[in-house]
Amino acid sequence: MTATVLAGTTGSAEAPRRSPRLGGLLTAISSNRKAMVGAVLLLVFTVLALAPQLFTSYHDPDAHAYDVGLPPSSSHWLGTTAFGQDIYAQLIYGTRQSLVIAVVVGGLATVVSVLIGVSAAYLGGISDHVLSAVTDIFLVVPTFPLIIVIAAYAGKGNLLVMMGVLVLTGWSYGARQLRAQALSLRNRDFLQSARVRGERRSYIIVFEMLPTMSSLILANFLGSALYAVLTAAGLQFIGLGDNSAMSWGTMLHWAQNNGALQTGQPLWVVAPGLCVALLGASFALLNYAFDEISNPALRPVRRTRAQRSAV
Amino acid sequence: MPSVQPSETAPATEPILRVRNLDIDYDTAAGPVRAVESFNLDVGRGEFVGVVGESGCGKSTMLFGIAQLLTPPARISGGTVEFNGADLVTMTQRELSATRWQSLSVVMQSAMNAMNPVKQLAAQYEDVMRAHGERSAKVIRDRSVEVLRLVGIDKEHLASYPHQLSGGMRQRAMIAMALLFTPDLVIMDEPTSALDVVAQRSLMIQIKELQQRLGFAVIFVTHDMSLVSHFSDRLVVMYAAKAVEIGPTRDVFADPGHPYTRGLLDAFPSIKGPRVPLTGIPGSPPNLLHPPTGCRFAPRCPHRFEACDTPPPLFDTGSTLAACHLHEPARVEVLR
Amino acid sequence: MRFLLQRLGFFLLTLWAAITVNFLIPRLMPGDPAGAMMARFHGRLNPSAVQAMAIAFGVDTHTSLWTQYVEYLHNTVTGNFGTSLTYFPLSVSSQIAQAAPWTLGLIGVVTVLAFVGGTLIGTVSGWRRGGVVDSFLPPVFVVTSALPYFWVGMMLILFFSVWTNGALPNDGAYSLDAVPGLSFPFIADVLQHALLPALTILATSIGAWILTMRNNMVTVLAEDYVRMARAKGLSNRRIMYQYAARNAMLPNLAGFAMSLGFVVAGAILVEYVFNYPGLGYMLLNAVNNLDYPLMQALFLLITVAVLVAVLICDFLTAWLDPRARSAS
Repeated sequence: MTATVLAGTTGSAEAPRRSPRLGGLLTAISSNRKAMVGAVLLLVFTVLALAPQLFTSYHDPDAHAYDVGLPPSSSHWLGTTAFGQDIYAQLIYGTRQSLVIAVVVGGLATVVSVLIGVSAAYLGGISDHVLSAVTDIFLVVPTFPLIIVIAAYAGKGNLLVMMGVLVLTGWSYGARQLRAQALSLRNRDFLQSARVRGERRSYIIVFEMLPTMSSLILANFLGSALYAVLTAAGLQFIGLGDNSAMSWGTMLHWAQNNGALQTGQPLWVVAPGLCVALLGASFALLNYAFDEISNPALRPVRRTRAQRSAV
Repeated sequence: MPSVQPSETAPATEPILRVRNLDIDYDTAAGPVRAVESFNLDVGRGEFVGVVGESGCGKSTMLFGIAQLLTPPARISGGTVEFNGADLVTMTQRELSATRWQSLSVVMQSAMNAMNPVKQLAAQYEDVMRAHGERSAKVIRDRSVEVLRLVGIDKEHLASYPHQLSGGMRQRAMIAMALLFTPDLVIMDEPTSALDVVAQRSLMIQIKELQQRLGFAVIFVTHDMSLVSHFSDRLVVMYAAKAVEIGPTRDVFADPGHPYTRGLLDAFPSIKGPRVPLTGIPGSPPNLLHPPTGCRFAPRCPHRFEACDTPPPLFDTGSTLAACHLHEPARVEVLR
Repeated sequence: MRFLLQRLGFFLLTLWAAITVNFLIPRLMPGDPAGAMMARFHGRLNPSAVQAMAIAFGVDTHTSLWTQYVEYLHNTVTGNFGTSLTYFPLSVSSQIAQAAPWTLGLIGVVTVLAFVGGTLIGTVSGWRRGGVVDSFLPPVFVVTSALPYFWVGMMLILFFSVWTNGALPNDGAYSLDAVPGLSFPFIADVLQHALLPALTILATSIGAWILTMRNNMVTVLAEDYVRMARAKGLSNRRIMYQYAARNAMLPNLAGFAMSLGFVVAGAILVEYVFNYPGLGYMLLNAVNNLDYPLMQALFLLITVAVLVAVLICDFLTAWLDPRARSAS
């Protein structure tokens, strides 16, 4: 998973990342193929989430309204489920929950990691030791089994509980990276001059440090969103999500429960899984593309024949 | 007007290196940028040549170009580098590896970055000796101890890792490594820049002593003109990818032919002489993506005139070679 | 040395934190899940076992919280996790001992293989910039590393099991009619059943390792010591392994340690999809049956396994990086 891509890369936090201004951001995206693909996918899903009713005529995907187990046809583009629901409509309406989880959990986890990571770096001393130890503990402890245990105790099916637990388990990686970058910024000249000017500590953090770190914060958001999408899908798949709500993970859960693969209804599995994969891939592509944009050495190289024989 | 080829005034001894019309380009998204243009240089046996210039003038690129150590997007796009009679540019990697280190070795700016952080010194000396065919562990060890002794480092440090040595020691260990095969030519890319002033001078003295004792030639690239001038036989001044002045060090200092060299020298106050106003050189070097069509220094030159719209070749000023139209033999005025 | 002591200290600290969290969870949850569970045990256990359970889950409010905690720590350290509800009257420890080898064997081996293999491929890919592998594959791997593990498993089942009419099995660790033992047919059967799950994990996780190693190689190859190695006339192979890869893999190793949480998540889901009788599968069954003793013991065990793996990574880092050994 792409969080592992971020984990092992040298220089993600050490290499100076240029903060993109909005115009520069758009140019950067449009010139990088990976970023374009990722951005387009994200856009498509956003539109689907905002206005699902525009893309399908079946407005109540939950209802067991049709014949069960139909293959794809002109009236049911992807066929129907074992309960007689239109798969395509479920897919469209399910977009909303997955996207909401991705954005909300991603955003909240990023906020928490900024708070903790930057504070640890800025406060230093004992506070830094304590915060860093806490961050490392959250980082190392395998959170998926923990989430499963908590979800089992707290009662399955509560979306807010699931999102809360996802935030709780997803902030630690970003906090570590942000702390590293904040530490390296702490003694830079522009911050020294702000201190000398007499600016308050909170001003320095919010208006001087954070803008410089904005590209890393963006990368963290994308990484957290990816984590949220995949983990939420996994939890819903094993039945710990809200089984009556409309989402891709729940579709997969019911498909698995009804042996969709074995009974010749593969689309019930293929379609929602593919959507999860595509949404995750869009975040991953954007993230990787931003890595390339801020570190040109990583971009693909077109070698001439002469150079190829030289190495 | 025929311009004078550098070989005619250059080394006092027979040349071991002949660089002719070397061009080096960087491939960028906006097109190729010529970082080194038509560079010519002869280096004689045992000679100490200093190359000075400001950041971005192409001196380090030229150095790595000579040693065939350029990496994409940099590449040699023209010219020859004749070393001990053979053209290095057209050689394959296999052919080059025989020359590498045995006849031509490299010293870089920061030993902390230039030495493998995860290997002991002994291992880093050993692997180059093994790569060139030495099999005996005893010979390898003896030679390693000997080169360390040459630079004044105790042999117990063979077991050290680079990060365990002090900055000065590291640089000396790197120089010792460069002398393992007593090469004909050692090229040095700002090896003293990472050190403090005192360590710089003592390292330079040591380098000069070793050079005179073992007889290898040196090309020494630096931005610090005054430092290298005490030790070099000849000096090359580079500006905006071109060599603008070449000559014996003493002559370059006493009677610089190029306004840029004069500007550099005027920027250094003399400790002992009378107080004079310090003058810098106004403006900044040209963008090499779109260099000026004429003399590249003209936009900043206090002596520019009409002829400067064409690029000047190197003219013989009597003491040095300078790429400046002021020294065209037809002109009467002399730069003072 | 100091570095190792530090890491060992962190190991113990995190272990303690996990144990304590385990202790606190049943006591913090709304409703009274533990009490409900106790009711299910009612009349089926002897009094001392009931007492142990009460202490572990805080149902017995006659003793203080602190006493319960100490008792619980003692039980944990001695491996006494109580009795399982699902497999009543068997103890939790005995069940875990049965499931553990399957997880270690399948997940453990494949994860290490993916890491080592990915690192090697990434090394070559980063070395040969502009080659086929480098310009074409990174986007592919970015996408594959973002795929949900369980879905990939299901796709593999679809392609290689269902559509091939059962050429490869997709259920369990061995066939229902196989006779367990160290016989060749049995081992072959086990390997056959392990093939698709292993492939799932390999396919999804190797991409990330290839990419990070490639990126690290690219960064390292721009370093001066690589240029110096070329100047020395060393062979390409020597430079690639001894100079570039040796340095590039250090952050990869650290990344591996940090990614173990995801590995566990993926492993649990893969076992679920393939009904593979490992620890993850057992955990999910325990959740469905609200078998709290088993659940909590499994969580603890998985955490310990991850912490041990991280500690091993720390030792490896100290061995491979002399700077880590001297770091304060």
